Amino acid sequence: MNIDWNFIVSSLPLYEKAVWITLKLAFGGILMSLIIGLLCSVILYFKVKVMGVIVKAYIELSRNTPLLVQIFFLYYGLPKLGLKMSANSCAIIGLSFLGGSYMSEAFRSGIEAVSKSQIESGLSIGLSKFQLARYVIIPQAFSVSLPSLGANCIFLLKETSILGAISILDVMNVTKDLIGMYYKTFESLAMLVVVYLVLLLPLSFLLSWLERKVRYAEFGN
Amino acid sequence: MEWLGVNVMDENNNILLNIQDIHKEFDNKEVLKGVSLSLHKGEVLVVLGPSGCGKSTLLRCLNGLEKIKSGDIKFKDKSLIQKNIDWQEVRVKIGMVFQNYDLFPHMTVIENILLGPLKVQKRDKTEANAQAEQLLDKVGLLDRKDAYPRQLSGGQKQRIAIVRALCMNPEIMLFDEVTASLDPEVVREVLDVILGLAKQGMTMVIVTHEMGFAKSVADRIVFMDEGKICETSKPDEFFKSPKTERARQFLNIFQY
Amino acid sequence: MQSLGIKAIFEGRNFWRLFEGLFVTVEIAFISIIIASLLGVIIGLSRTTKSKPVLIINRIYLELFRVIPTLVWLFIFYFGVTTALNVDISGKVISIIVFSLWGAAEMGDIVRGALQSLPIHQIESGKALGLSYYGLYRYVLVPQAVRRMIPGTINLATRMIKTTSLVVLIGVIEVVKVGQQIIESSRFKFPTASFWVYGFIFMLYFIICYPLSRISKKLETKWNG
Repeated sequence: MNIDWNFIVSSLPLYEKAVWITLKLAFGGILMSLIIGLLCSVILYFKVKVMGVIVKAYIELSRNTPLLVQIFFLYYGLPKLGLKMSANSCAIIGLSFLGGSYMSEAFRSGIEAVSKSQIESGLSIGLSKFQLARYVIIPQAFSVSLPSLGANCIFLLKETSILGAISILDVMNVTKDLIGMYYKTFESLAMLVVVYLVLLLPLSFLLSWLERKVRYAEFGN
Repeated sequence: MEWLGVNVMDENNNILLNIQDIHKEFDNKEVLKGVSLSLHKGEVLVVLGPSGCGKSTLLRCLNGLEKIKSGDIKFKDKSLIQKNIDWQEVRVKIGMVFQNYDLFPHMTVIENILLGPLKVQKRDKTEANAQAEQLLDKVGLLDRKDAYPRQLSGGQKQRIAIVRALCMNPEIMLFDEVTASLDPEVVREVLDVILGLAKQGMTMVIVTHEMGFAKSVADRIVFMDEGKICETSKPDEFFKSPKTERARQFLNIFQY
Repeated sequence: MQSLGIKAIFEGRNFWRLFEGLFVTVEIAFISIIIASLLGVIIGLSRTTKSKPVLIINRIYLELFRVIPTLVWLFIFYFGVTTALNVDISGKVISIIVFSLWGAAEMGDIVRGALQSLPIHQIESGKALGLSYYGLYRYVLVPQAVRRMIPGTINLATRMIKTTSLVVLIGVIEVVKVGQQIIESSRFKFPTASFWVYGFIFMLYFIICYPLSRISKKLETKWNG
């Protein structure tokens, strides 16, 4: 098997550019997801009536439908209503829509992990619901949520692989183009895999390390 | 300490808590079937009874952790059953210590103790700190003030939970089976703290299984069974010659 | 204008074609889950061995499928394997292969998790009752392990169904592709079709996945409560 190293080297700039685009979009999506997720879990915690129902409906809708369809709807469907957005905007909105509900679930599981007796202890020294959240629940919920939040970030980064379907020049499209134009299937695919490994493996290890550290802090083992 | 039923006229303005015929349900099952009780200032009430008789529930109704279905609870003549009752305010004055101590694991001992005084009562930091340290010293744990809960034994954590509640300067202290989760060797150190509090005149309602302790700390024993108060007597009377059959059966369990 | 668009879904055989596409989606997911379950049980059991090489290979396998996005795997097989082996395999078969491999890795982890979460004292109680090795597995461990696996499996099935939407990008004619065809052919008659068609497909996925996730939650609370 002859590996065309020249081809690989000459294609690197293309991949580099694509990686930057992917990272920018992923970052935007992750940030918005965290904000949306936090908002949703706060609404659910304070048991706001109408908003709570809307949030729950949002979570179920976004979790039970594929990102691809969501993004197609945003990019191809909405313009027909006069709402035309750039591919990048659709990408970030799509990622945030999906990510927001995942993040909200992560925050919620953290909040629920705080035991009832902790809450009662807090209440018994006269803390308000707000103070309870700030001093008792959030610090404890955070360490429980962190692994899930991290996993969601990695998940969103992986999901960016579909953005090529709305003509964003990400690494998937670059690979497809290279294979189509130069027939360098093996080299292109190899680079694709390497790119994702380089992006995601370190994050994956970081997450595992964080999980272990958090578990130690909680249980001392 | 003899406060019981003597001179009703004088005692009325010393009644801190007046519980009138409260009923409580859990899942359509009635757990408190009309409980009435009054608590005088400086009095120590010990509530005894078999499992499931409602004694913990009664306690939890007193600081709003459980809502009652009917009846009234009056704290210093102010009804706690009103719609817009601010339980936060009440809980500062009626402190409670639980079976599971439940110190906040992410805070040190001193931070645990000062959370209420500083954030809820908004007291001056130096003053609150001084009181906290004084109380810690009294229970012999001043040297552990910067430790984290996970570094302490059960008995130490429970004593700190008591200090945490005390630092709010409550008028009534509620103790819900606070030694039930502890190893036998450390039960004594916690009970000694409570005995000390009683000697200083703190008004308390204690739910416990420790009979010897009940006998020495109580001004009045309240015996509950199946959601009702069966009998109320002075400790000597109760343990030597209980008035009701149920109480007799209950006490038999503890004689071998 | 918009109410015209929704008619695109009902024009001619479009409605049924969409459902035929949906069937392809479910078919791919279903076949893959079955294969994945069978393989997954083997993989999961193999992770309880003490043999280091086996554990390492297993770990690498799982991590590869978890770290590398599914679409990349589809590309690898669709472009790479077909070119390397010089065969022409349909996108559908490729999808089933990729999803089965991915599913097997995930199922393996679910099985291992279920086996490891069984409380030790169950095994000890079983032994104390005099159960044989086989009996222990059959009456005590397997039923409980299966219970613990069900929520994870349903969750995986749901994820797989959603992920099959990707196969449109390697040319498989499933529901999204049918949708695109409808939109394309309705370009003049129903210009706003894309809004309605994609919206409809969105709802189709929801109708399939939502009940699954509810069942999974219900089972989880029923068996853990």
